[in-house]
Amino acid sequence: MFEIKNLKASLADEDKQILKGMNLSIGAGEVHAIMGPNGSGKSTMSYVAAGKGGYVVDEGEVLLNGANLLDMEPDERAAAGLFLAFQYPVEIPGVGNMTFLRTAVNAQRKMRGEEELNAAQFLKIVREKAKSLKIDADMLRRPVNVGFSGGEKKRNEILQMAMLEPKMCILDETDSGLDVDAMKLVAEGVNALRDGERSFLVITHYQRLLDHIKPDFVHIMADGKIIKTGGPELALEVENNGYADLLNEVA
Amino acid sequence: MSTQESIAKDGVDAETVDAVKTVGEKYKYGFATDIEMEYAPKGVNEDIVRLISSKNDEPEWMLEWRLSAFRRWEKMTEPKWAMVNYPEIDFQDIYYYARPKSMIEKPKSLDDVDPKLLETYKKLGIPLAEQALLAGVEGAEEGRKVAVDAVFDSVSVGTTFQKELAEAGVIFCSMSEAIKDHPELVKKYIGTVVPPTDNYYATLNSAVFSDGSFVYIPEGVKCPMELSTYFRINAENTGQFERTLIIAEKGAKVSYLEGCTAPMRDENQLHAAVVELIIQEDADIKYSTVQNWYPGDENGVGGIYNFVTKRADCRGDRAKVMWTQVETGSAVTWKYPSCILRGDDSQGEFYSIAITNNMQQADTGTKMIHLGKRTKSRIVSKGISAGKAQNTYRGLVSIHPKATGSRNYTQCDSLLIGDQCGAHTVPYMECRNNSSRIEHEATTSKVDEEQLFYCRQRGMTEEEAVALIVNGFAKEVLQSLPMEFAMEAQKLVAISLEGSVG
Ligand SMILES: Nc1ncnc2c1ncn2[C@@H]1O[C@H](COP(=O)(O)OP(=O)(O)O)[C@@H](O)[C@H]1O
Ligand SMILES: [Mg+2]
Repeated sequence: MFEIKNLKASLADEDKQILKGMNLSIGAGEVHAIMGPNGSGKSTMSYVAAGKGGYVVDEGEVLLNGANLLDMEPDERAAAGLFLAFQYPVEIPGVGNMTFLRTAVNAQRKMRGEEELNAAQFLKIVREKAKSLKIDADMLRRPVNVGFSGGEKKRNEILQMAMLEPKMCILDETDSGLDVDAMKLVAEGVNALRDGERSFLVITHYQRLLDHIKPDFVHIMADGKIIKTGGPELALEVENNGYADLLNEVA
Repeated sequence: MSTQESIAKDGVDAETVDAVKTVGEKYKYGFATDIEMEYAPKGVNEDIVRLISSKNDEPEWMLEWRLSAFRRWEKMTEPKWAMVNYPEIDFQDIYYYARPKSMIEKPKSLDDVDPKLLETYKKLGIPLAEQALLAGVEGAEEGRKVAVDAVFDSVSVGTTFQKELAEAGVIFCSMSEAIKDHPELVKKYIGTVVPPTDNYYATLNSAVFSDGSFVYIPEGVKCPMELSTYFRINAENTGQFERTLIIAEKGAKVSYLEGCTAPMRDENQLHAAVVELIIQEDADIKYSTVQNWYPGDENGVGGIYNFVTKRADCRGDRAKVMWTQVETGSAVTWKYPSCILRGDDSQGEFYSIAITNNMQQADTGTKMIHLGKRTKSRIVSKGISAGKAQNTYRGLVSIHPKATGSRNYTQCDSLLIGDQCGAHTVPYMECRNNSSRIEHEATTSKVDEEQLFYCRQRGMTEEEAVALIVNGFAKEVLQSLPMEFAMEAQKLVAISLEGSVG
């Protein structure tokens, strides 16, 4: 379904390779978690997959249902079904959250040759989904992420994910900075989207998120590569002992 | 505001974004109409001034007024203080008068106008039929009417809904007709807000103006429909010099909109207009402009020089004026719609979006002159710069010693797209009354890569993303436009920024 093959990528401005031969394969309906020390390249991996500027792909492929995402524009990748919940969602002053969502949903539908949703259809769906994430009308009306609390921003990411119905979701530290209740809401939001087909890659530092979103596999990333893969128990090991032992093991 | 309402308003943005994709070419009004024209000889001198006056069958006083302006102009020099650069204009290498031959005898009604001219307005999306629905304008309220005065090069082709307006006591006609049919009104008001000696371009205009629009709203009348003038430059090497005069008597109210376009040509063309608004006690004028003159190409070849003097005089107590401008066109813009707040408790507002892309230059802003007590003014300026363009906000807020308890609020925001363009803010402020206050805020920001990537990751194309971000930036001003034009303006914002990224 989603495959990263020997991905090597560097910063465009500096001669510095961040991803150094990353491999990952996620089947349909699976949940994978990636853990790893700060600076190991987790966010970079998600940006390169999604097509953010500022990086050069030196080698490798990122496949979604067999199509190489690296050949596509960022919006084409999104329409193909890739979604990234950002570690730091950006603010867009003056653009209503609802406008943003509707523009995004319809842009993707259009690109896929589907009929666009009219205002009434859209409103009905968005209200329903916002409610379960405890996002109120006020938050839908406010400009995108402007003045949102940390928790609101992350819930908003999940709302966008729910509205866009992607095939492959990457969540970059969506749990960081959330209190227990907010984290539960986010986890419930993700679980509600699990349908046996949709796949997830959850980047996190904490076991507590994985208590709620049960991963099928856990990967440890260090220095631009996956250094170890295991089951949910691997996350517990990290929680208890940190990364040091794992890193030593490989070294 | 309920969510239902907010989506109706918000939906505008989504539709804007759709529009960007459907418009293939960058400037869709760039066509020329092939039509037989009558020209005055090239250049300007007293004979030309006389000729223009005689073409309009003007009374002697009007000619004298023009001639004295011309003599004054000959002694003046072009202002150089604006942050705009362009080659010296050869004022003797311009045609000052051009009218379609079919207009020599002004047709009795719009039905008799040359079909080629009617076709031109149809192509521009300007409704010249007297129908309630605004053809081609989405979101227009059902049953809402807009009267149009259509100015083509030097002459007005026709004015719609004149009869219906006359029934309400409103006079809406071309300036040349007003001089003939309502000389007492014209004589009383023309040049009383922008004197013929005001500045280089206004003085030139006073000498050679050929037509324009005239509006008179009598005491206590609320104009029953939106009024508008559509200016079209078509002829080559020709300048357009029009005057607009709007008078709102005690308690009168009117909303007026002007639009303008021109063909794509390699030569620069001059447009030097004068607009005067007279607002008496408790009267209210809302004046909106969607300026879309040809901006020139990516390399700065061609485009209109838009040198315009606009001023509103709030003569009576509680008089109100609101200028809204969406400036997307022209190679060079030099324009400062101003408010003289003479009456006590009078109010002036100025909302502006100025977009410059490629090699465009805009130096625009406003002047708020507080003379009366408790006068209020509000300025919201949004400058957007892309490509290699330069965008300057220049404004003056002046509170005179007698203007007790007056207030001004100014907000100037600049948005940069790319790193080769410039934004400048030049605010002059003078407060000579201790009980009055001036507040000024200014910001400069960039459309950053993070915002663009965020939008694109959600599925928007680069154009859609830029349009959304820029419309968000300019929202406050767009909302001050009449609803149906707000949508047009949003599309325009998006279109004029095409090719500004990537
Ligand atoms: N745009 C950038 N400019 C400079 N350094 C960067 C940039 N993006 C990533 N890096 C560097 O790449 C490494 C990996 O960063 P990142 O992918 O954010 O790691 P993680 O998400 O695992 O914490 C870090 O050393 C970081 O400083
Ligand atoms: Mg990270």
